[in-house]
Amino acid sequence: MDTPPLLEVHDLRVHFKVFGGHLKVLDGVNMVVRAGEKVGLVGESGCGKTTTMKAILRILPEPPAEVVGGQVLFRGKDVLRMRPDELRQLRGRGISMIFQDPTAALNPVFTVGQQLGDVIRYSHGDGRVDARQIQSKALQALKGVALADPERLLHSYPIQLSGGMRQRVCIAMALATQPELLIADEPGTSLDVTIQDQILRLLHNLVVERNTSVILITHTLGVVREVTDRVYVMYAGSIVESAPTKALFANPMFPYTRGLMQSVPRLSGGGVAEGIPGRIPNYLNPPSGCRFHPRCPYAMEICQREKPPVFMVGEEHYVSCYLYAC
Amino acid sequence: MTGATGSWASGQQGESKPVALADWRELERRSRRENVGRAWYKFSRNPLSVAGLAIVLAIVFLAVFAPYVTPYPHHAGPFTDFANAKLPPNPRYLFGTDTIGRDILTRVIFGFQDALLMGIVVLALVVPPGVLLGLIAGYSQGTWIDTVIMRITDIFLAVPPLILALAIASVLKPNLMNSMMAVSLMWWPWYTRLVYGLTSQLRNEYFVKSAETLGASKAHILFREILPNCVSPIFTKMSLDMGWVILIGSSLSFVGLGVQPPKPGLGTMVADGARYLPDQWWIPVFPALGIVVIVLGFNLLGDGLRDLLAAEEV
Amino acid sequence: MTPILEYKELKKYFTVGYRGLVKREPITVKAVDGVSFAIHKGEIFGLVGESGSGKSTVAYTTIGMYRPTSGVIEFHGESLFTKEGKRPRHIKKEIQIVFQDPGSSLNPRRSVKEILELPLSIHQPAKKHIGRVAELLEMVEMPVDYMYKYPHTLSGGEKQIVAIARALATEPSFVILDEPTSALDVSIQGKIINLLLRLRQEFHLSYLFITHDLSLMRNVASRVAIMYLGKICEVAEASEFFRSPKHPYTQMLLSSIPVVSEEEEALKPKRVQSRGEIPSPVDVPSGCSFHLRCPYKMDVCSIVDPQMTDTGDGHLVRCHLYPNHSGDYPGRKQNVI
Repeated sequence: MDTPPLLEVHDLRVHFKVFGGHLKVLDGVNMVVRAGEKVGLVGESGCGKTTTMKAILRILPEPPAEVVGGQVLFRGKDVLRMRPDELRQLRGRGISMIFQDPTAALNPVFTVGQQLGDVIRYSHGDGRVDARQIQSKALQALKGVALADPERLLHSYPIQLSGGMRQRVCIAMALATQPELLIADEPGTSLDVTIQDQILRLLHNLVVERNTSVILITHTLGVVREVTDRVYVMYAGSIVESAPTKALFANPMFPYTRGLMQSVPRLSGGGVAEGIPGRIPNYLNPPSGCRFHPRCPYAMEICQREKPPVFMVGEEHYVSCYLYAC
Repeated sequence: MTGATGSWASGQQGESKPVALADWRELERRSRRENVGRAWYKFSRNPLSVAGLAIVLAIVFLAVFAPYVTPYPHHAGPFTDFANAKLPPNPRYLFGTDTIGRDILTRVIFGFQDALLMGIVVLALVVPPGVLLGLIAGYSQGTWIDTVIMRITDIFLAVPPLILALAIASVLKPNLMNSMMAVSLMWWPWYTRLVYGLTSQLRNEYFVKSAETLGASKAHILFREILPNCVSPIFTKMSLDMGWVILIGSSLSFVGLGVQPPKPGLGTMVADGARYLPDQWWIPVFPALGIVVIVLGFNLLGDGLRDLLAAEEV
Repeated sequence: MTPILEYKELKKYFTVGYRGLVKREPITVKAVDGVSFAIHKGEIFGLVGESGSGKSTVAYTTIGMYRPTSGVIEFHGESLFTKEGKRPRHIKKEIQIVFQDPGSSLNPRRSVKEILELPLSIHQPAKKHIGRVAELLEMVEMPVDYMYKYPHTLSGGEKQIVAIARALATEPSFVILDEPTSALDVSIQGKIINLLLRLRQEFHLSYLFITHDLSLMRNVASRVAIMYLGKICEVAEASEFFRSPKHPYTQMLLSSIPVVSEEEEALKPKRVQSRGEIPSPVDVPSGCSFHLRCPYKMDVCSIVDPQMTDTGDGHLVRCHLYPNHSGDYPGRKQNVI
């Protein structure tokens, strides 16, 4: 009965060639997303979340970026080795991405209708869809994201819309192609908290309706807790912990995860925790062994020598840390 | 994705011990060296930019050391040798000789001198006032100062450049100096425009607002906060402009308003030699190629600088 | 005791364009539309609101970037805005600001040393400042050799720390913190906030702390005011504000915060679903500006703009649900908590 997962990332390694050498950004990323699953990818800025997603979609700038190892299997086929026409099929219909800044993601000189129409047309391959069909699909898409007055919106330019509306247009565009996997990069971070709440709720409903899988990238833990089924915690280019959401919040294992949880200010008061000392490593010369060891309060000798393997600490709860070596 | 080094003082690496003044200078030197290294790395990614730089450096070298590197330096002045006139390119005279027997290779290289001089003098005359006006107008955007300065700029921009240069040059005595004046007079508005645009944008940046709220003087804000952020586009434009100014200068020489004989001016040489096409083609072609090479070199260099400095902004 | 900073019916309107080709009616944004409160010495006064609420405009007007359209801001009883326009230098040095985006508040072409020298050289022109710059860096726990670094080699948190050092260079007594950690990761936030709290203790500073992050506000401010479309809706002492929010907007905001634990979930007010878009400050709804989104809207709400009312112990609300108004403005009779 076990259907193969929709997306599998195995040991993905990505380097960037820059002045001074190579930035060894992704150091073996492993992720699995099943059909209909909502997965959160958490980590601070610079840990490689966006790089991973761009690598999955193969939209990394090839020099200076270089995929030096690993596989990305989507429905069993390796994305990294796909031909250009297969890639085109993949992007949009297989995987769709919503970027962080909706204003930058929309072309200011075209109307919403034109941009949405383009997306719909390309998703049908050869543009054999006629204008009226495109119009009606576009209207449907806009209604689906709870935008009021969709007919007028089709003729509006992005600049006439508020941030929340733009983000919803981006979501409509991403979903118009009926993808199996939606990647949302910090949706709503640039928006107000009440609007962000609306957007996340909307995403949740849409995803449930269509059984779309979602990868939600964010550094806001509260959002992850409310929206996802499973969480992957990333640090400096690899996944350090993964667990079902409830389990992660009830029992964070990896020291970095614990540190992150403690850093979040609580509604119950109690002051603000000092956070995690140190900063993300220099990717030119990353720390040996476990990349977190220089900042880890529990670092042992072995942590410096060798990168820890993955240990299972609970049902579907995995940690890459020697503290849990069995 | 940062490649930065260093960490918090309270962390494990880099303790905060008191550092002596001399060490600070050393740190400054070291960080400057690193910046230069990084800039060179980026610049050298593009072979065309490196080619442009090489060409420009070669031209400058030749122009500066012309008396020492040319085979017949005395041919650059009054000299005649009718016995060897109109010779095609040969081992003794690599570019051939002109109508009165002067070596064209030597004269082209000496021609570089005046070309570069023109470029340097014009830019030196044009850039400071142009930039200054742009800074003032941009920072006073919306006020009468802005309007006055920019309308004057618009007037100068409206006149077709070559016509203006010709008009001025023909009123004054035709020589290199006056043609430089003419070109300068119609070149400055471009810098004002450029800096005006940059300044009007930059003045809304938070670091400028911060300086304002701290109470910094207008002069400080214009020259210490805004101007350093304009330097990259200005240098890029200057590099590209060198080529253009030289081209216009050569055009003026071509119509007889620039460098006067017997001094070697590339445009003059092309003009005088044009009637000897196609039989004694070497007489106008090599000076023309000289112009092409200079302009090409500066354009490639300018493009390279633009790419280098644009990427830095990201 | 005079409050250190007092706002009296502050209004700031902006003309953003004109309507119509012939009549040319100005389109006005009422960014701040009658704000009154007082901040006491040593207090951390929190200002919360979403985009368009006017909180940043309050900050920028206080620092002198804008002149008020009407109303007064008084510093130790003295108006900040004189008829001539230029704020006297001795007041400029007393009130400083830390901006939201550390990326753009530091000039990318100036080194840390030059950035920190600027305020020093303005207020004390003749001296050499390198000693004081080193002192400032030590005060914010930054390695002294960072002096020669340029902003692009610093992390977001480090940039913000430089911005804080810059704000404190003139030894101010009042600092405005406009979303100081919003652009930073949560793991760095704590360090910056605790630094700010320590510095406040050490130098007896007063803060106006602006943020949209309510969980953060809970742990930082001693009193909190919430703004909506240019007006203050509610003001209360911090724990009271979060324990029993009275204004529907406050409740709506508090109920939509994403939290990380069950115990916090229990502390949130009952979920108030946000409806509709945030109206633009150009087209402010009539009566109470919140009525279009308010789940408790009554008929009077769309006609009459409510007045600020004291519901006891300095907890002020501006809402028709709490009708008895006392006419005073928040902070006047407050005791420092």
